[in-house]
Amino acid sequence: MAGFLVKRLWQSIILLIIVSMIGFGVLHLTPGGPLSQYALTPGMTQETMDRIAEQMGLNRPLPIQYLDWAWRLLQGDWGTSYRDQQPVLTVIGRHLFATMLLMVSSTVISIGLGTWIGIRGATHRYSTFDYTATVGAMIALSIPTFWFGLVGIYVFSLKLGWLPAGNMYTIGDGSVLDYLHHLILPSIVLALVNIAIWSRYMRTATLDVINQDFVKTARAKGVSERRVLMKHVVGNALLPMITLAGMQLPNLLSGALVTETVFTWPGMGRLFLDSLGYNDYPVVMGLLMFSAILVLLGNLIADLVAASIDPRIRLA
Amino acid sequence: MTKNMNRRQTLAMLGLTGAAGALAPNLFVGPALAAHPEAPTGQIVVGVSQEPTVFNPLMPRIEVDDGVQLSVFDGLVRISPEGEFIPALAAEVPSIENGGLSEDGLNWHFKLRDDVKWHDGEPFTAEDVKFTLELIMDPNFRSWRTTGHELVRDIEVVSPTEIKWRMEEPFAPYMSILVETMMVPKHILEPLEDRNEAPFNQAPVGTGAFKWGSRKAGDHVELTANSDYFGEGPYVERLIFKYIPDLTVLYTQFKSGDIDIISNQYITPDNYAEAKSLAGKEVSVVPSPTVESVFLNNEKPQFQESAVRKAIYAAIDKQTIIDALYYGLPTPSESYLPQQSYYYNPDLPQHDYSPDTANKMLDEAGWERGADGIRAKDGVRLSFSNSTTSGNHLREQAQQFIQQSLGEVGIEMTIENKPPAVMWGEYWTQSQFDSVIVGIVFTTGADADVTVRFASDAIPAQGGRGSNTGQYQNSEVDKLLEEAGRIFDQVKRKEIYGQVQEIIREDLPLLPLFQYATVRGHKEGLKGIEANINTRIDTWNAAQYYWDQ
Repeated sequence: MAGFLVKRLWQSIILLIIVSMIGFGVLHLTPGGPLSQYALTPGMTQETMDRIAEQMGLNRPLPIQYLDWAWRLLQGDWGTSYRDQQPVLTVIGRHLFATMLLMVSSTVISIGLGTWIGIRGATHRYSTFDYTATVGAMIALSIPTFWFGLVGIYVFSLKLGWLPAGNMYTIGDGSVLDYLHHLILPSIVLALVNIAIWSRYMRTATLDVINQDFVKTARAKGVSERRVLMKHVVGNALLPMITLAGMQLPNLLSGALVTETVFTWPGMGRLFLDSLGYNDYPVVMGLLMFSAILVLLGNLIADLVAASIDPRIRLA
Repeated sequence: MTKNMNRRQTLAMLGLTGAAGALAPNLFVGPALAAHPEAPTGQIVVGVSQEPTVFNPLMPRIEVDDGVQLSVFDGLVRISPEGEFIPALAAEVPSIENGGLSEDGLNWHFKLRDDVKWHDGEPFTAEDVKFTLELIMDPNFRSWRTTGHELVRDIEVVSPTEIKWRMEEPFAPYMSILVETMMVPKHILEPLEDRNEAPFNQAPVGTGAFKWGSRKAGDHVELTANSDYFGEGPYVERLIFKYIPDLTVLYTQFKSGDIDIISNQYITPDNYAEAKSLAGKEVSVVPSPTVESVFLNNEKPQFQESAVRKAIYAAIDKQTIIDALYYGLPTPSESYLPQQSYYYNPDLPQHDYSPDTANKMLDEAGWERGADGIRAKDGVRLSFSNSTTSGNHLREQAQQFIQQSLGEVGIEMTIENKPPAVMWGEYWTQSQFDSVIVGIVFTTGADADVTVRFASDAIPAQGGRGSNTGQYQNSEVDKLLEEAGRIFDQVKRKEIYGQVQEIIREDLPLLPLFQYATVRGHKEGLKGIEANINTRIDTWNAAQYYWDQ
């Protein structure tokens, strides 16, 4: 176990270095830069832009800029946002809560509903429920999220007036109820696609297990159908889902981009888009490293959890 | 008295008498303001489509940052919608007549108000002005624009309410630049070693009508009423700038009532018809200083001949672009200046859309159609690329329309659009393009000085210091611009800038299409809203806003 962890750690560090070099290179070699947003400012001159570039250290050779950035990162300094003049970790931290709130609630909805629909679809194969779920999943998967978002706002906010037309909370209110009220629409819209995905996976996984010999054995022993389903089928069908869930972790950063834009939710997806738009290199690099770490961590956790559930998996 | 005069009369008088200071109090108090509440009441949520992130007013900033800064800070002077300078932190606007300016324009003398306090209670004095002007020129400080400030010498604090300096050379646009120069507190910033990353930059202390409240990054900025404000207002308790990144969503939240004012970048033209009919909203079309043009790179071999530039201009059907694509909102333009500018020249030749004229001009100039239908002369094909920010749908449609029109007269225009950071990076600043469709505010502040845009020594691609990315060169324009920069008589300046507009209309280094108009909107019952073409943002006078009781 310890050997496994050490090996994984080394692999991760090397991977992170490679990711950071590629990311830094691609980002800085793209034409344009953080100052291009000021190019059309009335009265802006090349002289001023050159001076600011110099002050920001943008004129230095790329390898020097990279080493400088990496050296600071090793000392725990993630840099300062160009756009915001705030430390990168502060910037990320401020957006993390909004994204977590949205992602956690939508994940709970999608895993809960998706798993249930999947299992029921598998146990009641070719029933009306199964067909409805299949067609529903196809619709949810083929229609873009922003469409659901805009239609949701149109119907529930503009026409019916039941739910707010976006935002995370009412400015000046911000109570728990207010947050929940604002959370309903975006978390359901975001969950729609994932319910579809989860239910399809779960249906297939359940069908795989349901026809295996040990399930027949269990039934033959006279175990009740409910117990067969809960203990033997679902437990085993969930196993591949855990790996899947682990790989969802980095989606914390990118998954909600569209939903965040439609619902003006101040989360990580929008931070990433805004930072890219402004060529805010420190923040983009920070987000890149952050998500790379999350991917590695997610995989590791998935492996560990899978191993603890299934004794056949050995970590070495 | 001012209300009975038209803009031009007023300005002519101001140019001759320099009495702006004396008139100022009347300009701010319109009849509509009679019903404002005694104490600040309620809140206003302003929706903006870009996030305000820069709160130190001396650092590089965009329009939406102005929105916040104009409420938190003040300059020495401000500018009215009519283009008059009004004293803000200054007690009067210096002029040659009142002795604040020397005859040669070299010595400036400002008298300041004595009743102004910073938001932390410290008094505002001439020391703060000196500190601000010096900080802008501090090589370690990331200040945005140094035009004009770089000429300031020998700053002398005469008393807490008086300050003098000398200019290295006369520079008339400096008053307009001072309008955009917000004063920062010496007592907070001076002790700091690094002003680029000062805590002040995220929790600014100003003299303005609103104090810094709080900021929720990625979401909104909240300002609160400054009850000690020296001027009129404020009349609302809280002023909130809410960031809504998508223009469709911005409009939806305006409809749903989540925002009270739809600010930059306002209502998109395609929603204008619907917006007008919304219940409980006031929607109006407001001219913007931005002028849209086909911007040529004048160093390219295709554009060397005047006949070619004129032919391209004649082949563009402006009116159809305006009516069919932009819903008839913008105004066709022949000048780079907004038509509301005091310096605008209304007598420029009118554009006449005529493919026949275009064909004839090109034929006469010896540009003959080749086998592929594209004209050529001396080995130069009349073919060029046109670029703009990808994703700007209206502009992309205009581009395709122009492409077709030009194709009909034997000119090939290819479209090469790029994402914003690429488009306005070196591709633009180093003149790597053939042609561009772009909306530009050509003026420096509200001043008609366009030296940085059109002077021969302002071409970055040729080592110049300005932003003449079209690489336009005309020695007569250079001479006129230099002359107009040195004189303070508005009437004479208007004459010279009128000539500059004439020459540029004749040379056509850029093909002016139209002056933009923005569709603005706010909730009914919200009073005090006034458009000002001389500022970059609609909320320039938020101190005057209030809810009708």
